[in-house]
Amino acid sequence: MKEFGYRRVSDVSGAVALLGAEPDARFLGGGTNLVDLMKAGVERPGLLIDVRELPLDRIEATDDGGLRIGATVTNSDLAADPEVRRRYPALAQAVLAGASGQLRNMATVGGNLLQRTRCGYFTDLTKPCNKRVPGSGCPAIKGEHRNHAILGASEHCAAVHPSDMGVALAAFDAVVSYETAHGPGELPLTEFYLPVGDTPHLETALPPGALITGITLPPAPVAALSRYRKVRERASYAFAIGSLAAALDVQDGVIREVRLAFGAVASRPWRAREAERVLAGGPASAEAFAAAADAELAAARVLPHNGFKVTLMRNLVVATLTELTEEAAR
Amino acid sequence: MALSTSSAITLNVNGEKRTLPVDHRTTLLDALREHLDLTGTKKGCDQGQCGACTVLLDGRRAVACLQLAVAAEGRAITTIEGVADGERLHPVQQAFLDLDGYQCGYCTPGQICSAIAVIEEHAAGWPSAATTDVRPEAGVPPLTADEIRERMSGNLCRCGAYVSIVQAVAQAAEAEQAPFSGPVDRVDTANTEVGA
Repeated sequence: MKEFGYRRVSDVSGAVALLGAEPDARFLGGGTNLVDLMKAGVERPGLLIDVRELPLDRIEATDDGGLRIGATVTNSDLAADPEVRRRYPALAQAVLAGASGQLRNMATVGGNLLQRTRCGYFTDLTKPCNKRVPGSGCPAIKGEHRNHAILGASEHCAAVHPSDMGVALAAFDAVVSYETAHGPGELPLTEFYLPVGDTPHLETALPPGALITGITLPPAPVAALSRYRKVRERASYAFAIGSLAAALDVQDGVIREVRLAFGAVASRPWRAREAERVLAGGPASAEAFAAAADAELAAARVLPHNGFKVTLMRNLVVATLTELTEEAAR
Repeated sequence: MALSTSSAITLNVNGEKRTLPVDHRTTLLDALREHLDLTGTKKGCDQGQCGACTVLLDGRRAVACLQLAVAAEGRAITTIEGVADGERLHPVQQAFLDLDGYQCGYCTPGQICSAIAVIEEHAAGWPSAATTDVRPEAGVPPLTADEIRERMSGNLCRCGAYVSIVQAVAQAAEAEQAPFSGPVDRVDTANTEVGA
């Protein structure tokens, strides 16, 4: 690991100013991904700016009935929060489905959004990787890609975003707030991650030098009946091979509102708007759920070893929406 | 700006203040084992995947291998060496002994620190991924074997002593129903002889 300086900051403007003065600095939250990547040599910051003591550790109700979640709220505190569990249960479920109790205690909401892919080529310095070394190539396309993207990828990179939390946030129209030296800004989560194209090393739309300060969840009554389902290769403590955040408002067998977002299938949490469009106002039936999943997955481009994800996501959509429909009838 | 790459830090470990110089690259795990001679905390994967290095930070479990020592300054650190009350074992330690919650013992300090926190998290009403209904109105689910397995999934045991580990955590959780001042309280009072 390269040597680095360390500063602890207590206010947002000081954190942003410090980053501006040191271009190779990184913000340190829980460190569960950054420290790991520094050990591997993937990240080589000259300065760590510890943001853990910034006054961004609260979850507050907004006037319009939504929630504002500070960037340094830990995953554990987010998942344990009564209002999150009551108003957006799929968000609590998504956070609880990720990592382990130890890591959730350390990890922060802001860091979760900025965590890097777990593609094995990205973390292996002996291999090319367009995300780590732009233009060096992508061994995953012809190599190990069983858990790689089926949606939104390119010939230059098929890595998936590993966040569970982000999938629920995408379904609930979350907005990311940030601070820069030139003032604050906002980005909807669905526009927070950039398209892959031929620049997989450019991951987010955050301006240079920005610090994530929080996430706002707008009011979403539909989220009260929501679920996060995660498929993985062991029962716990593993990354998804496919996941789904779903919320449903159904009355008399007719879908009034539906939210769907896919995880572990793209370089970002994948809001399934085409599936939502097909379902809105129609019947809540297994056939309709399958047709909606097919409409969304029509854009899928599979690699030789990850085609199973199309079937997996289709089944997840049908099973989860069927469950929510039954629950709504109770 | 010339940046120093090392610092003199003071760590609060098991109720004692310990001052040491650290290269910023030093993890809390290496500071405990190599600088402070607290070798109860074990190094397994050193990548946050096995849980062998689990300690309590401000009463919450964390993996010491991904925690930089310099960033742990000012926080209350409890290691396996600090969970017993003098000669009286912590109920979780006693339960692991009673029920053989280990084979080789290498993962055991991490398992015990993690289990102490699991019992407190459950008592605080935290749901888990095994909790069917996470809404607060649904109440706290009982600490079933499924709940224990899910909540302890960040601690791997290569010997495969999981069956006994689950039983030990369940027994300790029941014992905690009896009056007992938890580990965090005892760290706070260790130097004042209150509640000894």
